[in-house]
Amino acid sequence: MNEISQAFKNNAFIPFIVAADPNYQKSLETAKALIDAGADVLEIGIPYTDPAADGPTIQKAYSRALKNGFEVKQIFKLVKEIKKYKDIPIVVLTYYNIVYNQGIDTFYEKAKESKINGVIIADMPIEESDEVLTQSKQKDIHQIFLVSPNSTKERIKKIEKKSEGFIYTITRLGVTGKKEKFLENTRKTIQKVKSTTDLPIAAGFGISKPKHAEKAIKAGADGVIVGSAIVEKIQKNHSLEQIKNYVEEMKKAINKI
Amino acid sequence: MKDRFDEFGGKFVPEPIIPALEELEKEYTEIKNSTEFQEQFREILEEYAGRPTPLTYSEKLSQKFGCKIYLKREDLLHGGAHKLNNTLGQALLAKHMEKEKIIAETGAGQHGVATSMAGAKMELETEIFMGKKDLERQKLNAYRMRLLGAKLNPVTTGEAKLKDAVNEALRAWVKELENTHYLIGSVVGPSPFPEIVRDFQSVIGKETKKQIQQKENSLPDRIIACVGGGSNAIGIFHEFVDKDVKLTGIEAEGSASITNGSKGTLHGSMSKLLQTEEGQIKETESIAAGLDYPGIGPEHSMYNQKERINYKTANDEEALEAFKLLSKAEGIIPALESSHALAQLPKIQNDLSPDDIVIINLSGRGDKDVREVSNLE
Ligand SMILES: Cc1ncc(COP(=O)(O)O)c(C=O)c1O
Repeated sequence: MNEISQAFKNNAFIPFIVAADPNYQKSLETAKALIDAGADVLEIGIPYTDPAADGPTIQKAYSRALKNGFEVKQIFKLVKEIKKYKDIPIVVLTYYNIVYNQGIDTFYEKAKESKINGVIIADMPIEESDEVLTQSKQKDIHQIFLVSPNSTKERIKKIEKKSEGFIYTITRLGVTGKKEKFLENTRKTIQKVKSTTDLPIAAGFGISKPKHAEKAIKAGADGVIVGSAIVEKIQKNHSLEQIKNYVEEMKKAINKI
Repeated sequence: MKDRFDEFGGKFVPEPIIPALEELEKEYTEIKNSTEFQEQFREILEEYAGRPTPLTYSEKLSQKFGCKIYLKREDLLHGGAHKLNNTLGQALLAKHMEKEKIIAETGAGQHGVATSMAGAKMELETEIFMGKKDLERQKLNAYRMRLLGAKLNPVTTGEAKLKDAVNEALRAWVKELENTHYLIGSVVGPSPFPEIVRDFQSVIGKETKKQIQQKENSLPDRIIACVGGGSNAIGIFHEFVDKDVKLTGIEAEGSASITNGSKGTLHGSMSKLLQTEEGQIKETESIAAGLDYPGIGPEHSMYNQKERINYKTANDEEALEAFKLLSKAEGIIPALESSHALAQLPKIQNDLSPDDIVIINLSGRGDKDVREVSNLE
């Protein structure tokens, strides 16, 4: 049985990296460092030419990986190797066209084989999810959906029904990216989702500082997803030590609550 | 509204966009059939945009190709292309939705200009996203947009062309959904955009039908239009899809999504597109910035599948030849995009008989292209 939700018991820290950014080997090393520093779940993005939900930092990471010859089979290999190092829950983030071109059944078959725990398709709302859900259920992979600050309660309920593992709560309108301020709006969004579901809630988009993470957890989130802040460190060639320190700091902020 | 054209179309967008699409669908359904809205739309098309546009008989082309050739003169529409039909319609819709701002992508700059015109006319704040590469080859249109009061945002991501401008416009839209309407420029994007844009552009075909019946007392045998995203083509074809008329869409050879593409999702809809086997979107290359796009509207993919519309290609050279031919023969400088439609004539010459009536949709005028063409000489 698939057990992502276990990882949220003591507030989950979920770092996001891009597969093969800047190359395959480096991304594997980064993943291991993140695990060493205490990541509870790992989220890995599959490079795509047209990531409409992502801001400039992650777009650039995708371009770097594609320039270095990324192929989709590498994501499955990467997850297998990471799992060999330590078996923590891994979710992949992708776009519909990637999954569609692999063949939806093939994609989920390979995902199962490499023990991917969950899949997030950034541009697949519930309306377009029937075929995917058939496959994800068959392969016992959690399909994770996003809810947004402008989702109505009614819609959150509908999304909740289709979701497994956790609910990805977008904490501000916009694309992924670092934000300096944690908005009041974010708190409201998390609370709205919390009152609608029993699934764990992971808050993401714009969380980069320990303070943001702390506030998200205090507002009711069960975990935080940090993408652009980490991807930016990779882009700036920060050492694995520096990345570890950052993760430890973030972990401290959410574990003390 | 149905959100599919058979297996094509749909809403493949990030969750935050869904409420905006739902609002759009609701509001559009509400006003679509209201006589007040249709009256407003008709009036602004006539009084401001200059509709109806003529259906011009081309004596020279008719002689040359041995049939009766008519040109639907969207080049004479205010702004110089068919784009204004759509931007005025959507700007009215934005007003109805009480939005304060419109944003749009543009390739050749024609849609950006037409959006800026609609924005100025209807007092909507206007922001345009344009690929840096396109900005360089369409400097004049860039200046026109600024002159019309729009804010112009150069796009440097990806290939810095039309596809990337759509990505940036989508990203920008998510940040200000509340007060902003995304005025998409072709029959592409998530549902309900392809249907809305088609409805506003279908005025071209409705007029054409009336005009050809008056002039020839008959329907045409063939209609030919160029296809980028596909709005001018659907605009003229739509009135004829259930009639006995041959319909041909011409893609640019370097960006021929129907001819060389495969099924997939881009910019919110399932359609045919140019991509690798892994679903990475391919680079495209066409002399006509407005056709330089790796996707196509989902309704075209459906008509291709049904074999109701035929899709062919023209390359840069053939388009340039047609560009020069029409300029000399009729004193009309066609847009490089429209020149692709004209380039089909020599290829079908042997199948044409003197009584055949062929209509070419002249989607725009070529003033914007003169600089680029002269640079080639
Ligand atoms: C004159 C002209 N024709 C055609 C097009 C292609 O668009 P569509 O296929 O939507 O008509 C453009 C786009 O910029 C254009 O400017």
